[in-house]
Amino acid sequence: MKPKDFDIPGADVAWCPGCGNLSILRSLKTALAELEIQPEDLVFVSGIGQAGKLPHYIRGNVFNGLHGRSLSPATGIKAANPELMVIDVSGDGCMYGEGGNHFMHTIRRNPDITNLVHNNMVYGLTKGQASPTSQREFNTPLQVDGVFLEPFNPLAVAIALDASFVARAFSGDRKQTIEIFKAAIKHKGYALVDIFQPCVTFNKVNTRNWFRKHTYYLEDDHDPENRNLAFQRATETGEYPLGIFYQNPTKSTFEENLSVYGEVKKPLYQRKFDKEKLRTLVETKR
Amino acid sequence: MPVFQIKEDISLVLCGEAGQGIQTVETILAQAVKQSGYNIFSTKEYMSRVRGGQNSTEIRVSSHRVASYVDRIDLLLALSSGAINHLRNRISSDTLIMGDTEHINSVKNDKTGGNIPDSNFIEIPLMETAQEIGGPIFANVIAAGALSCLLNIPKEIFDGLISDMFTRKGSEILEKDLKAGEAGYKIGIRLMESEGNQIQLSLQGQSSVRDELLINGTDAVGLGCLAGECRFISSYPMTPSTPLQNFLASNAHEFELIYEQAEDEIAAINMALGASYAGARSIVATSGSGFALMEEGVGLAGMIETPIVIYIGQRPGPAVGLPTRTSQEDLNLALYSGPGEFPRIIFSPGNLEDAFTLTHKAFDLAEKYQIPVFILSDQYFADCYYNIPSLPLEDVENENYLVKTTPEYKRYLITHDGITPRGIPGYGDGLVIVDSDEHDEEGHITEDLEIRTHMVNKRLIKMEQIRKEAVAPELGGSEDYQSLVIGWGSTYWPIREGVESFNKKYPDQKLGFLHFKQVYPLHQSVAEYLEKAEDVIILENNAQGQLANIIKLETGFEIQEKLLKYNGMPFSVEDVEERIIKFMGIANEGTGGYDETMDAGEVLK
Repeated sequence: MKPKDFDIPGADVAWCPGCGNLSILRSLKTALAELEIQPEDLVFVSGIGQAGKLPHYIRGNVFNGLHGRSLSPATGIKAANPELMVIDVSGDGCMYGEGGNHFMHTIRRNPDITNLVHNNMVYGLTKGQASPTSQREFNTPLQVDGVFLEPFNPLAVAIALDASFVARAFSGDRKQTIEIFKAAIKHKGYALVDIFQPCVTFNKVNTRNWFRKHTYYLEDDHDPENRNLAFQRATETGEYPLGIFYQNPTKSTFEENLSVYGEVKKPLYQRKFDKEKLRTLVETKR
Repeated sequence: MPVFQIKEDISLVLCGEAGQGIQTVETILAQAVKQSGYNIFSTKEYMSRVRGGQNSTEIRVSSHRVASYVDRIDLLLALSSGAINHLRNRISSDTLIMGDTEHINSVKNDKTGGNIPDSNFIEIPLMETAQEIGGPIFANVIAAGALSCLLNIPKEIFDGLISDMFTRKGSEILEKDLKAGEAGYKIGIRLMESEGNQIQLSLQGQSSVRDELLINGTDAVGLGCLAGECRFISSYPMTPSTPLQNFLASNAHEFELIYEQAEDEIAAINMALGASYAGARSIVATSGSGFALMEEGVGLAGMIETPIVIYIGQRPGPAVGLPTRTSQEDLNLALYSGPGEFPRIIFSPGNLEDAFTLTHKAFDLAEKYQIPVFILSDQYFADCYYNIPSLPLEDVENENYLVKTTPEYKRYLITHDGITPRGIPGYGDGLVIVDSDEHDEEGHITEDLEIRTHMVNKRLIKMEQIRKEAVAPELGGSEDYQSLVIGWGSTYWPIREGVESFNKKYPDQKLGFLHFKQVYPLHQSVAEYLEKAEDVIILENNAQGQLANIIKLETGFEIQEKLLKYNGMPFSVEDVEERIIKFMGIANEGTGGYDETMDAGEVLK
């Protein structure tokens, strides 16, 4: 397959020229094409924000729901039909702000979904306010004295919750980003990829060059199954590591733990109604 | 010394502290009564605590069908000192009070709370007997045994139920519980045979009752969910919706459905919508404040035209309100929930058969019209049990509204009736695209204002068909009525019993009762029913007359007389009859010591 198999001809893309989202979109199409995944088998789930629009620019089934809530329908979709490949695409405001509670509890559930979070450390769609990942002293029309809250550390939170796959990418390095995406999609269980990306319009601090200067890749001999080490690396600031921090291949998924898939693997919509069972249950109430 | 002769309809009330095992007595007695061929109704009122407080259960045992709450207490079993004071307003000179010496004495000596004749009290050695058997925890089973004996329930039936309930706890406990039951029966026999406190209960059992169903409102809705092929429920525990969650979770294995306890109600409804989008019939169960958190999701269901059934067990609000009490306060909340304009249906079943049928129908209509459908229940209805002959299983059929998609599939193709055949991801060669933003026919985000207008029309035009299919209200009482009583939801049986009793006493009064089992949209016949009446009164468990306001909005008909009760308790049959008598302008002939002054939280407007 080719990345263009995922193109939507004539899509009216709402992103700024030079936006990191454009690179992420290209990398995602390439990763999916290389993995030979059919658009019909894919469901993109998103919330609201600039990242949340991505599903409208790539071929696949789409559930573009509410701000912050994308992981909940993503879990519901995967639970109702485990044969579907579910990719959740969100931004830092959607996932770590509005959806923070769902972020934590979805990690605990561990559905077999991929969670791509575009992290540009600023709100784009609402025009330039602080996001949960904005760095200290970042000035905005609302944070007029600069941000003084501790930036949210998604990787550390995810590792603390023993998320089964935790990685960070940088949109400007497409080659590595594609590899991380492929590993996340292939991973069985919940996979978080936090993606550093520049916002060319509203974040004049964390620019493409800033990310280049302030990131580096984890060493080749980094052991992603060492949780304590992964946590330590996730707390590094100043210079931010990229790559796969942590992976726990031993965890069972949410769907695997559901009794409905114990003997029969069929998606729920294919199950047949059994009136006799109902009759039997009613009889027990006599 | 009086002889307590209790007629064919006995109201038995058990009252004690949380943790004393009243629930166990209720479960055993309810089954024992039914198995002995008597009709049974039970309801409980309780405080929001795990230990202490005062909780009571009313069990009506009758030769004829009973399905509603009465204030009257014929026989009170007090398991705590506070029980009698807790129920003081419902105790009359005809109430027989049984309890431990200690509890009885504390009330006898306290003359501040009214004057119950000493002869109404019967002391029974519950605690002493319990201690002999193995400790105070056996007091509840002794009490159950004593009552069971007084009700002439064959001991084999009682012992069978004790075995069913306690076998899993091990032979030692079972043996002691059987012993406790035996001791209870001995107490009962002593009471019936003693000269001083002779109790005679006369009931006519019917063998047909033995084979009837004994279920509560929650069971009826739960069975309706299974009949409607519910495959997914995600919810957050909240009284009084938790029993439905328990019901579905406990049937998840057998009926191939998923129960997931969500981290909050927001996640619950969004998860359910995801499952529904992927083809699983889905429900969420909650109560007022929890539903308030779901409102954004209701709007999402409306926008993406994805089916969902929403069960709201109502309780008094605002906010946390009275967690364990009953109300009908969330009709407005359900009706106006969610931003924007989109179709919805709201059912309000008032009897067990309707709860089953309408829940099944809710799943069908949610799929057919791709909309949210509400079931409004409440604490009273969810928790009350009574026997019914059967449920209409033969009528249960489920239509499949899903289509296999083709590459050209458009999720929001404009059609004449607004309904686009619904595809789901993974079934067919097409793509299924849904968006909470305004979208085009394919489902992609758009800000084209012309498409916007078409899409609003597409969604709302479904209301035309939905209105045509609305469930008609049920007319009871006098068919050629001059005056009409209106009710909805759980007040069905108390009003019906009150109206029937009134009509028996005043046959020339021509009083009708119109019950709404669908409160939105209203059936077309409603205006006609109302205009035919000379006088109309509505009874609602809220402070503003929410259904009356919807009726005015929908039909223009203004109901002048509103009887509103919002203290957290359901309407009793006496409440209803008393108020009807006033409403009809008939001089009160006395209703057995019922207080003339109005209860708190009760207003006749």
